[in-house]
Amino acid sequence: MSDSKKTHPVPEGLPAVQMQGVHKWYGEFHVLKNINLDVDRGERIVICGPSGSGKSTMIRCINRLEEHQKGHIIVDGTELTSDVKNIEIIRREVGMVFQHFNLFPHLTVLENCTLAPIWVRKMPKAEAEETAMHFLEKVRIPEQAQKYPGQLSGGQQQRVAIARSLCMSPRIMLFDEPTSALDPEMIKEVLDTMIELAETGMTMLCVTHEMGFAKTVANRVVFMDGGEIIETNDPHQFFDNPQHERTQLFLSQILQH
Amino acid sequence: MSHKSNDEAPAAPSFWRDPRKRQWIFQILVLALVGLLFAYIFHNTLYNLEKRGISTGFDFLNHEAGFNILMSLIPYDETYTYGRTFLVGLLNTLLVSAIGIVFATLIGFLVGVARLSSNWIISRLANLYIEVFRNLPLLLQILFWYFAILPLLPHPRQSIQIGELFLNKRGLYLPKPIFEPGFGWVLAALGLAIVASILIARWAHRRQEATGQPFPVFWTSLGLIVLLPWLAYGLAGFPLNWDLPELRGFNFRGGIGVIPELFALALALSIYTAAYIAEIVRSGIQSVSHGQTEAAYALGLKPGQTLRLVIIPQAMRVIIPQLTSQYLNLTKNSSLAPAIGYPDLVAVFAGTTLNQTGQAVEIIGMTMGVYLVISLTISAFMNWYNKRMALVER
Repeated sequence: MSDSKKTHPVPEGLPAVQMQGVHKWYGEFHVLKNINLDVDRGERIVICGPSGSGKSTMIRCINRLEEHQKGHIIVDGTELTSDVKNIEIIRREVGMVFQHFNLFPHLTVLENCTLAPIWVRKMPKAEAEETAMHFLEKVRIPEQAQKYPGQLSGGQQQRVAIARSLCMSPRIMLFDEPTSALDPEMIKEVLDTMIELAETGMTMLCVTHEMGFAKTVANRVVFMDGGEIIETNDPHQFFDNPQHERTQLFLSQILQH
Repeated sequence: MSHKSNDEAPAAPSFWRDPRKRQWIFQILVLALVGLLFAYIFHNTLYNLEKRGISTGFDFLNHEAGFNILMSLIPYDETYTYGRTFLVGLLNTLLVSAIGIVFATLIGFLVGVARLSSNWIISRLANLYIEVFRNLPLLLQILFWYFAILPLLPHPRQSIQIGELFLNKRGLYLPKPIFEPGFGWVLAALGLAIVASILIARWAHRRQEATGQPFPVFWTSLGLIVLLPWLAYGLAGFPLNWDLPELRGFNFRGGIGVIPELFALALALSIYTAAYIAEIVRSGIQSVSHGQTEAAYALGLKPGQTLRLVIIPQAMRVIIPQLTSQYLNLTKNSSLAPAIGYPDLVAVFAGTTLNQTGQAVEIIGMTMGVYLVISLTISAFMNWYNKRMALVER
């Protein structure tokens, strides 16, 4: 029980996330094919690609919402195996933001943020609430703390979801299409929050189609198609001088509007 | 050309084209027709009763019944009144409904969760249970347990014995506790243990809020509630005796005898209703989107915590209203009791008493009134509970 309170020690000199030869199948369907990707500490990675290319599946493997069948995934020095203990350690250190927010509708905004710190980190309630208010202020909605998720707009809900993840003081944040379910005028408020988070030096893996965000924030852009990583490049090279034919096709399709 | 000034009201439509007036007329007409119908029925009943020389009113409740009842929770024999038979029947109905509700809920939740198990065999078995018992008529199931299964049980001499519990074709026999002076101490110790447990739970909750340290409340309370009464029991000199069922002649004497009719009816009602409750529980849990589970897992909550803190509170809102209607169904279905001769309200009051007195209107009215009151009470309680659970949402 005592190990759950203190955070897992940071292994020096290791990448935050290592994926080595990762494969995954849904029945017959080969979703991930030989994925190799190392993410350094503080690195911000944007993953893009056509729908069905395996982007979401890949980042969902990092906190074991999906199980890979072959290869190694090592997060913060802990390898993901079917060992429940390892999965618990990793999930405590990895935060995730979903396309559909997935806030708990039966809890207030504040309770959404304090639930995991109280039950997983065994934090005193007062301290958990203090932390929660701190992050709700960071995402600029402290005044909504006593409301229920259903009473907020989509953009506000997504910012609560970001604050909820941050309350666990994660070292790595995963974003699974965080703006895809939002109205255009709300996308900006969420992206601004994410840019501010990036400035704090958080390690971020972000599946998104927001190319402007990728240009301003990402250290590297990963392009996936058909379950494979086709191209990994720094944003300027990626957008101005795509190497691969499929990347060029994809970019021409999404940038023509 | 004449202009109408603005403050002049538009010409009223003719009487038949004004929807509001039409509504009024139709409603008055319907009311009058219904009133006439009831007046006719009432008059007709009174006329026929009078013609056959049947007196109306509730005087018969004070007359001697003259028949015995198979099972009674209160003292009763043939010298008691019809009013007493009503009470005996009512208590028997309440007993079988209460037993049925408790067991149907337990089995239902168990099977409902099993139905969602990732273990293939368990989920298939649960599914088989649901499909079989939900799709057979209840009356048939009651007859099945009573006429097909219970007679297969051994004779009293070869009873199935589990400890001091005997099961045979004449029923189920349990030891009956006899409380002697001094047993009050045991009850007092139990009360003390419960109060202490509540205080500990409150203290532990405050401590967790303050320091984050959880306290094993469940195990401490369990220890207290088990140990304290035993201690008092020993200190008071074991002031409890058991009246054990004993085989005398052809059957058991002493103890608590559960007649086979009650056993079969409670069993059939529990098993049948549990199949519906299982489906309600399954649909309730499935109504909570998978994203909720994923979000909880991603935050590091364990599966048990996820179920308790995130899934169940949301599922209960879907489960409770449907659970209410199943409880009501079970209570109403207990009126199938006469089929196997269990002396419930319908059997002894709307059956035997009605046959003997002929006071059909009063008796059927009273019986219907009873079911209505029971049903409305259950539904009022569940509505209150549902409101409490629903408040959590918004």
